[in-house]
Amino acid sequence: MYDTGKIIPGLLVFVGLVTFPVWYAFGTDAGPLPNPEKPTKARQCVESTEYMRTSHMVLLDDWRDNVVREGGDRRAKTEDGTEYIRSLQNGCMNCHTSKKKFCDECHNYAAVKPYCWDCHVQPKEAN
Amino acid sequence: MDNSRRKFLKIAGLSAIAGIGAPTAFNGLLKGEALASAPDLEENVLKGEVGKRYGIVIDVRKFAENKALARRCINVCHSIHNVPDYGLNKDGSKNKKDEIKWLWTDGFENVFPDHSHYKKNADLHEMPILALCNHCDNPPCVRACPTKATFKNPDGIVMMDFHRCIGCRFCMAACPYGARSFNWRSPRELKADGSYKHIKNFNAEFPTRMRGVVEKCNLCAERLAIGKIPACVEEARSANAMVFGDLNDPHSEISEVLNSEFTIQRKPALGTNPSIFYII
Amino acid sequence: MIEKALTGNRLYWAWLAFLLLIMGVGALGYVHQFTYGLGATGMSRDVSWGLYISQFTFLVGVAAGGVMLVLPYYLHNYKVFGRITILGEFMAVAAVAMCLMFILADLGQPMRALNVLLHPTPHSILFWDMIVLNVYLLLNIVGGWVMLNAEKKELPPPKWVKGLIYLSIPWAISIHTVTAFLYCGLPGRHYWLTAILAPRFLASAFAAGPALLIICALIMRRFTAFDVGREAISKLVTIITYAAILNFFFVGLEFFVGYYSNIPGHMHTLDYLFFGLTDHAGNVYDNLVWPMRFSMVIGMTATIALLFPKMRDSYTKIGWLCGMIFVSLWIDKGLGLVLGGFVPTPMEYITEYYPTGTELAITAAVWATGFFILTILYKVVISVKLAKES
Repeated sequence: MYDTGKIIPGLLVFVGLVTFPVWYAFGTDAGPLPNPEKPTKARQCVESTEYMRTSHMVLLDDWRDNVVREGGDRRAKTEDGTEYIRSLQNGCMNCHTSKKKFCDECHNYAAVKPYCWDCHVQPKEAN
Repeated sequence: MDNSRRKFLKIAGLSAIAGIGAPTAFNGLLKGEALASAPDLEENVLKGEVGKRYGIVIDVRKFAENKALARRCINVCHSIHNVPDYGLNKDGSKNKKDEIKWLWTDGFENVFPDHSHYKKNADLHEMPILALCNHCDNPPCVRACPTKATFKNPDGIVMMDFHRCIGCRFCMAACPYGARSFNWRSPRELKADGSYKHIKNFNAEFPTRMRGVVEKCNLCAERLAIGKIPACVEEARSANAMVFGDLNDPHSEISEVLNSEFTIQRKPALGTNPSIFYII
Repeated sequence: MIEKALTGNRLYWAWLAFLLLIMGVGALGYVHQFTYGLGATGMSRDVSWGLYISQFTFLVGVAAGGVMLVLPYYLHNYKVFGRITILGEFMAVAAVAMCLMFILADLGQPMRALNVLLHPTPHSILFWDMIVLNVYLLLNIVGGWVMLNAEKKELPPPKWVKGLIYLSIPWAISIHTVTAFLYCGLPGRHYWLTAILAPRFLASAFAAGPALLIICALIMRRFTAFDVGREAISKLVTIITYAAILNFFFVGLEFFVGYYSNIPGHMHTLDYLFFGLTDHAGNVYDNLVWPMRFSMVIGMTATIALLFPKMRDSYTKIGWLCGMIFVSLWIDKGLGLVLGGFVPTPMEYITEYYPTGTELAITAAVWATGFFILTILYKVVISVKLAKES
């Protein structure tokens, strides 16, 4: 092989850089688990907690496409018969009244930055 | 249609599929009837008569009698939809560059440039004429959009999906009515006190937009969904200056008004079939 | 082969450094535009496309122009173009790359560009334009590269590549036809609503593309030992001349239809571009009159001049005349066509457009990136061809 002296160290440096996050965080834990605030007034969400935890973004996408594009109903009922509005801003945030204490808890932990609030209006935070 | 003629048309249609006429011929075959003889200018209107097709009649005479009314309609529309107002330039002229408008007034010669305004009644030029998205039955903007971010919903409303818009502005070039505005900058710029610089009466129940997407009148789809009529029509109702309803329902109020009054549409020659009608 | 681009004389490196500098300034401009929004440009509600889309349109033509070499060489086995055809293919690559960059620069939400693929929309011409441009890029880069590699290794090229090259011929026509369809299918814009737009685009493309190619070939002849040959240049000049004649003929047709029919909508934009347009208040708008008249004068002068053998007898004359034609067509299509289409607006207002500094910097940077790609590719070509000959 030509240039063995350059290629092998080069590869080593490359592998080292790519795996940097792994060995940098080695031995440390992932920090305290997020603890999103539960709503006080409502008992039941539109879907199970497990589903909402993993797939709320899918649900929001489905609502959007159904309501905006397909002329779907804006209102629906939870299993216990509570009516809700199929809307992030006017539905979800009715019960989950704080973006900071609910949405941001997990989103910050997982380092995701959804752009919902570039357009949608978050509830006024009680400081 | 007799059998041999249908057969002939089917064969003609099939050969046309190989050529440019493919879409038209194909549609005809699917329906079991090819388009015969002369083109029917009203064809699209007829085709639209399945399901709803919402429209508005604007009585310009009433707006001429009540000069403040148009402004009130615009204000209510723009405030409930969080439409930003970029105000004036430094030199005091209107900021036309960033301007965003869903509903506005313009002169007769601007709203109806194809109509002659030679020797027309003198007060015609003073009339403030409301202009908005025409919610065409055959919308060129929907044809142009490369992502279906603008589309026709089941009620005949030409809608925008702001999540999907990539901001290519092809729809703005395609719209023959100048009804579309682009967010050249963020509508959410803040003042020192934390309030929005360009959105005065903020409606917390309706989203704003973000920079880089196109917006326009949505015929108050969010109000129709909860049984209300469009905000501008509600505002103009007391003066009887606007009528809203289903154009496909022959017994709706709007159909009756259209039946009894002479109305015009903007640029009818373009074949877009606007759903907004004007009594001049 | 790409390693051939890593060696070069000082002039070569200085040129690349110069292009990188322009690209750097443009990148800063783009950061500003990306954070503030497209309001950083001179575009407005009334003139909603500006320099980016007009450059894009012009460059689709430059890209399509490559077919004027590929067609005679591969389809008609015209050996004279043996040394220059690869230059045409690689020019198409650089031009299409610029087109794609201009489209991206023009998007309000560039992060969502892939929505075009995620939600394919066959009734949108922009969807088809994206497909034809990307495929054309691929056809030319693969076709050119494989042929050059085969030449370098002195092996016969693989059979499949011929298929790609043949496909690239109608494909070149398609990219500019589809680009014309972007404009001429819009109901409310009279200046664009003309069936002759696609043929006019193609005619101007077949003049502008080869004209730029001749200029590049003459520059390379001056600074390197690479010479595409006198006969190739003179044949290309003939192609340019007739394409330019056709283009100006088509422009004349637009004038006839507009002014003889006397339909206001058909005359407004021509008025605005060539004579100045007056609004109801008596203000005259004529910011494009000077460039457009200049474009017609130099373009037609150069085209007529090229008809005379005496004007084709030296490379200097040919270079200048090709430069004039290129600049003329750049103004006509790269400014007038797109900007003029927005005047007057569908509500018959007149808004003039002036690009901002940010916009100019980004535009210059995209051109610089295109020339950067072109330089690298041409460097490889020259090295391969010269190495083979020595």
